[in-house]
Order: sequence, then structure tokens, then C-alpha cells
Amino acid sequence: MFEIRWHGRGGQGCFTVARLLGMAASVHEGKYSLAFPSFGPERRGAPVLGFTRISVTPITDRSMVDQCDYVVILDETLVGPSSLAGIRDGGVLVINTKVPESYVPMTNRLIVGIDATSIAMDVLGRPITNTAMLGALVAVSGVVSLSSVQKALRQSMDPSMAEKNCTLVAKAYELKKEDRFHGKTTGS
Amino acid sequence: MGMPGRKVFISGDEAVAEAVRLARPNVISAYPITPQTVTVERISEFVEDGSLKAEYLHVESEHSAMSAALGAAAVGARTFTATSSQGLLYMAETLPYVSGARFPIVMMNANRTLATPWALLSDHRDSLSQLDSGWIQVYCENAQEAMDMIIQAYRIAEDPRVMTPFMVNLDGFILTHTYEMVDLPAQENVDRFLPPYRTANRMDLDDPKTVCYAALDDYMEFHLKQELDMRKVPGVIEEVELEFKGIFGRSYGGLVEKYCCEDAEAVLMTLGSVTGTARAVVDAMRMEGKMVGLAKIRFMRPFPAAEIAGIAGNTKAMGILDRDLSVGYEGIVFTNARSAVCEIESPPRMINFIGGLGGRNISKEDMRQIFDQLMQAARGEQGERVRFVNARCE
Repeated sequence: MFEIRWHGRGGQGCFTVARLLGMAASVHEGKYSLAFPSFGPERRGAPVLGFTRISVTPITDRSMVDQCDYVVILDETLVGPSSLAGIRDGGVLVINTKVPESYVPMTNRLIVGIDATSIAMDVLGRPITNTAMLGALVAVSGVVSLSSVQKALRQSMDPSMAEKNCTLVAKAYELKKEDRFHGKTTGS
Repeated sequence: MGMPGRKVFISGDEAVAEAVRLARPNVISAYPITPQTVTVERISEFVEDGSLKAEYLHVESEHSAMSAALGAAAVGARTFTATSSQGLLYMAETLPYVSGARFPIVMMNANRTLATPWALLSDHRDSLSQLDSGWIQVYCENAQEAMDMIIQAYRIAEDPRVMTPFMVNLDGFILTHTYEMVDLPAQENVDRFLPPYRTANRMDLDDPKTVCYAALDDYMEFHLKQELDMRKVPGVIEEVELEFKGIFGRSYGGLVEKYCCEDAEAVLMTLGSVTGTARAVVDAMRMEGKMVGLAKIRFMRPFPAAEIAGIAGNTKAMGILDRDLSVGYEGIVFTNARSAVCEIESPPRMINFIGGLGGRNISKEDMRQIFDQLMQAARGEQGERVRFVNARCE
């Protein structure tokens, strides 16, 4: 079982990518998956969480996710005690940042940094980083294939938006695919 | 088996909306409330885009939602509504009207706790407060079961032997807001399983009669007829589930689903989505050689007294996990279950675990502690009858 926790702010598409990853794993790879947001009220700009559970066997447990294998932070202003907690031994943090090394003193977990905001500005012309961060997570974790993610994107968005996001995901994936299983802090 | 379904990755709320579209109701009358909102929004979109040919009534309250649904059902329309929490309570006055008039309205209830304190998350206090309203009640474990039970609900409710409204419960957020893969049945299979609703119990200019009758001295007989027909519902549920399995390939175990109960020394009974966590813990404890079992109570009305007594007669300790509390006594499911069990010759030790109120997490570790306590009871250890799970006060 892979457990992934996503951190973002309301409106950044944090839960959307938690869901796209679940769709890629289940609909396109025959695995089992649950994707859910933090439960309760929702507000734009407020810190929000998304969760994705992926397994090769049916998932019956629906209790809260306590310990994760991967934590993905879309907005680096959210890096702090609560976003750094609950990561398993050997777990990885994927952070949208230009300066991943600045977070090393805060955790003993592996940090992978990617400047998703700049890549999103290049491809979309807007600082919407969720799909770039999904590409980085998939590159680092190998939890699903890039093509499954692209299929999920095409299934969920209108064609022009889907193609732009497929490009964006692939770009982030290419930048980070060498980082899989490397025991070091990396930037882009 | 008919046409294969289509695999979709959707939430519990969306699964209910898709099931409603497949069931082809004539009238939807609903008022939005978290965490049911997405369901009624989707259905409203289906009506707007023409993929569901129905009348959607945007009403101003839950009381009006059910009142309008009752009016639609009174002219023979297949009708759907959905609510949650305080909305269900606001609607409560109309529920016995519907069941007494024998209108087979299907309602989704997204289980959410009751105020005060005002809260959004899930427990079963809302629907269990309406056990005596004369409605059938089922509780679902996942989005697929929710979808399948909406479709089955119409078949069961509209059966001429039943003619009783049907409440499909799914845990707020835990099911309504969680996305998972669901097999979306083909429309032609649903049409085969669920033919259009035809009834003589309706207002008809060619055959004038009163509906929603008034009665004085006959009241008792009307109510007893409801009870006698409700007693036929278990048989109809079994028939309908068998036919559903033949077409769609899925079944859920009737009134109570038994999991590893045959040789269990301790059995826990659950309702709704927490069953899945208990399932995972039973699997783990069985691997360790611990003789634990699980029974998922699916229907609270009609109440599966015989099934529960049967399980109780075969085990040493039985726990009931209530996500509710009747303040001043104990959990509502426990009261019902113990009444069923007291009939048998040597009843097991019975413990009421109360947890998950207001959406409080019930972790696998909490669940393991529940089973450990049940195993201790099975060995004869004494203790409190009512125990609170993961509560931060005494």
C-alpha cells in the first residue's frame, strides 16, 4: 500500500491531483485506490490536504491516513511541523521550491525539490502547479506510469487543457526521473 | 450476466447521482446540505443536460422536499430525494406520512452528526433517530454498494408486497467525498432489472379515491398492515439481491453480512463504512490465530433479529460498535441487538462500544483494542457494558 498526502491551499488543485493519481492507478492500471480530501469546510486560500491510497489488493480500511510514504507540498509556505509530520521511515517529501536545501535542517526525510511554479508558467502561463507536482511525484515514486497519468488527464479535462497538462506533467517527470531511489536532496 | 459496466473513478455522492439517473425517476425534489450537496447538484445537471428526463423541484427546505416528493408519489411518480443530519430532522414530520401512505420514495441520507455542537462530519445519530418512522433503512460500506443499493431500493420499495419508502445511508465524507473505482452498470441492464413504476396506489381521475387517508378507529389496522408487510421485506430483499447478482454479478449478504463468524469466539457488529477497517483488522488478527469475526448489519429496518440471534448463539462474546449514543442509556444499535439476543438460551457476553461520534477517527489500532477487549470477555473477564472508543475524557 502506498499512502500519499498532498498539501496545498484551497483553489490550487491539491485534491484534483490526489484524485487524478487515484484514477490513473485504478482505472488505467487495474490497481485499487481511494482519493479523498481533508474532511470538513472548504475555503479558498486556506491550507487543505488531499490523500491518495494505492494498493494491488482491495482497500477496505477507511480510517484517516496516519503515516505516508510520500508528502507532496504544492505551496512551500506550507512547509512546517504539520506538513513534515507523519512520514514513514524512508518516506520522501516532494516540495515546489527553488531552494530545497533550505528545508534539509527541518527533517530527516529525503527531500526532492522542483521549481514547479516556473515550469507551470512556461507551459500554462499561469502558476497552477498541481499537475507538475503530480509529474514529479510519479517520477520519484514510480507508483504509476507517466502514460497512465496522461490518460487520466485526458479523461478529466477538455482537450486543449488536457494536452497542456500532459506536456507539463511530462516535463516535470523528465526533470525528476533520475531522482528515483537516490538518497539525496535534489533541486531542479 | 448482461452487458458489462463501465469503470469510473467517482465519489460516493456521485455514485448515488449516477444510480439515480440509471433508475429513471420521474421527479426529484431536494434541498442541498453538506455532505449530500454534490449528489443533488449532479442530478440537477443531469436534468438540465437532458440525460435524465425528470422534473427537478428546487424547494426551499427539507420539509418541503419530502412534502413535494409525497405529492409526486401520490400521482404515481417514481421519486427521489436526498438529505443529511438536521435536514433529515427537519423532514421528520413528513416521514411517517410517506410510509403510512405506502409511497415507495427512495431517499439518500448522507450520515452526519447532529447539533449542538454544530458539526459537519459523520456519525449515525441522524438516521437512527428515525428508525420508528416506518421506512426501510440500509447502511452502505463503499460507493459501489451505495450505487447498487439505490438501484435495488426502487425494486424493493416498489414491490407490491412491500410498498414502503427506503432510506439509503452512506457515511458523510468517508463515503460521500471519497473517490474510488465503481462499476457503472449499463442502462439496458438497469432497465431490465427495474421496469417502470406502475401502481394503483395513486390519485387517478378515472378511478377516484383518497390517498394519505384519515382514520379514526381504523388507525390501528392500517399501522399493523404496515408491520405485517415490513415482515415480508427480508424475503423480498433476498429475492431482489439474487436477481441483481444474476445481472450485475455483485451481492452483499442480505440483512447481515457475516465475515469469519463460523468459528469465531468473539464477533463485532458494525454499520456502514467502519466495517472496512474492522475487516482489515479481522484479517490481520486471523493471521495471528485469533478467533475473531465480524458481522456487518446492513439493514436496521426491518431489523435482522433472527440473523443476529443466530450469530450470537455461536460465539462467546459479541460487541456492537455504535456511532451514536442515546444519551441516558446506550447505543441504539446495541439496544436493538441485545433485544434480539436475549431470546436465545445461552447468550454471549455483550459489550457496547461507542465511537466515531462527530467523525472521530476509528483507527486500526482502536479496532484491534476493541477485538482484544472482546476476546477478554470471551474468556470470562468482567467489565463495563458500555465503553467509549478513543474518547479524551472519562
